[in-house]
Amino acid sequence: MFSGFMLNAWESGTLVAIVAGIVGFFVVLRGSAFPAHAIPNGAFAGAAGANLIGINPLLGLGLFSLLAALGIGSWGRRGRPDVVTALALVLMLALGAAFLSQSSAYEPEIYALLFGEILGVSSSQLVPLMALGVICAIAIAVLYRPLLVTSLIPDVAAAHGMSTTTIDTAFLIIVAMATTMTVPVVGALLIFTLMMGPPAAARSLSSRPSLALGLSVVIAVGVMWASIASAFQWNWPVGFFVGTYSAIAYAIARLISLRPRTRTRTLYRAHTH
Amino acid sequence: MKFLFAPGFTSSGPVHVALALGAMVAIVSALVGVFTVVRSQSFAGHALTDVATAGGAGAGYLGVNALAGFVVGSLTGGVAMETIGVHRVRSRDVATGIVLGAATGCSALFFYLAANAGSSTGSTQRILFGSLFEVAPDTLPIVGLLSVVTVAALALIGRALLLSSVSPEMATVGGISTRSVGVIFMLTLAVSVGLSSVAIGAILSTALLIGPAASALRMARTIRGAMLLACVLGVVATSLGVLLAYDSYNWSSRHTPLPVSFFVVVVVVVTYALTYVPVLRRRATTGRS
Repeated sequence: MFSGFMLNAWESGTLVAIVAGIVGFFVVLRGSAFPAHAIPNGAFAGAAGANLIGINPLLGLGLFSLLAALGIGSWGRRGRPDVVTALALVLMLALGAAFLSQSSAYEPEIYALLFGEILGVSSSQLVPLMALGVICAIAIAVLYRPLLVTSLIPDVAAAHGMSTTTIDTAFLIIVAMATTMTVPVVGALLIFTLMMGPPAAARSLSSRPSLALGLSVVIAVGVMWASIASAFQWNWPVGFFVGTYSAIAYAIARLISLRPRTRTRTLYRAHTH
Repeated sequence: MKFLFAPGFTSSGPVHVALALGAMVAIVSALVGVFTVVRSQSFAGHALTDVATAGGAGAGYLGVNALAGFVVGSLTGGVAMETIGVHRVRSRDVATGIVLGAATGCSALFFYLAANAGSSTGSTQRILFGSLFEVAPDTLPIVGLLSVVTVAALALIGRALLLSSVSPEMATVGGISTRSVGVIFMLTLAVSVGLSSVAIGAILSTALLIGPAASALRMARTIRGAMLLACVLGVVATSLGVLLAYDSYNWSSRHTPLPVSFFVVVVVVVTYALTYVPVLRRRATTGRS
């Protein structure tokens, strides 16, 4: 279970989970679930396109997820953000489908793009993965306060002269980077699951930002490890377990947060006043 | 004419089926879509398509009709999201996202199992991205029946739905149960997503749901006008998609046609982008001084 190609799976899985836990925390906090779901689909188109013209898939992934992020960021301001996001999403997916129809990709390759192939991660993929992960973490660390302030107390942020739209776009670019590194491992459709379930669970456990952020990373890594172990044990796709365990983690967190109600209330009060 | 309509377009059986199915699905999606956009439920609508994907994949594995899988899948998803609480705006995104994520995981499993059983070559692509030319003619009556039921349900709750979307307080005062209207709408949304999944593929059906409706709402002055215009735009998009895909067989020397769904989505998105042209032009003439 911990030898050879499995070792790559554990390492890349852990990296992806940490980044997803951090970035996902802000996705949930800012309510940008839909854009965070749309950007990875753009990455899918990029990977399919790179496959078609025969260049490094990481280039295609990066370029298209960046395009998706910038497109959603700038057009969303003019029209209804949810409509623009939905249309950007389907346009990217349709492009991906068109690229695939022109190339001779086999079914397993398409499957891997969408749902990931964590057991197929090679050692050479680990280095760019780690580099992108570190960049994401640094970007979040630098933007930590503005991100928090603009999401939690937008009025105060405006009063301090922070531009919400700039922060928004910067955040979407971070999501795009996180997506680029994670798609090869867990696929375009599943990275969103990992960015959603564990952070949402963490948020309902603690309303203190730094604690919730830590919890989010811990839960994401826990979900990922349990998923890899289960996938190894039962020989089912890792994505199924990631999806199921994320939902279970969220359900458990909601149950816990419902019971000792008074305690969380006081905690919340103590940190907002 | 030959340039526009490649030989055999008007006489081909699959083309007729594709055009008929595309038109029906486009009309249902457009009508439901107008309410979806007005209620800002695009994300919920899209999440249902992902649940429908899981249903379609499951049906593919079990060897049952894909349409049944799509509809059952998205109905289950709609009920699940209503149960977790999509009615509270604050937690709506999270509830939607969790259901969506779990459903995607299930799709991963079903596609994997189906591929292992060796029962279905190319089914992943067909379920996700659709292939209007491969729809069996005998699904037409079922799609027609479901379309009529959906439109009838929408006609029944239409006024109450609109009022409770625009002003929930007014609706409550008028004796409308916003909750039950919302649930019924979620069910019609689920059925329409299931239908459009057959036509342009499960994860692309968002395009027909949101695109024509959003464009029409930008152009028309009344809701009634927007619904009519959305239907027209939807039917134009699917028909044009079918035509272009049929023609695309002759575009390259390798004769690899592009998928219908790709063209449908492109037409839908271009239409939406065009609705911004008057705005930009007005800004160019009046502003910037």
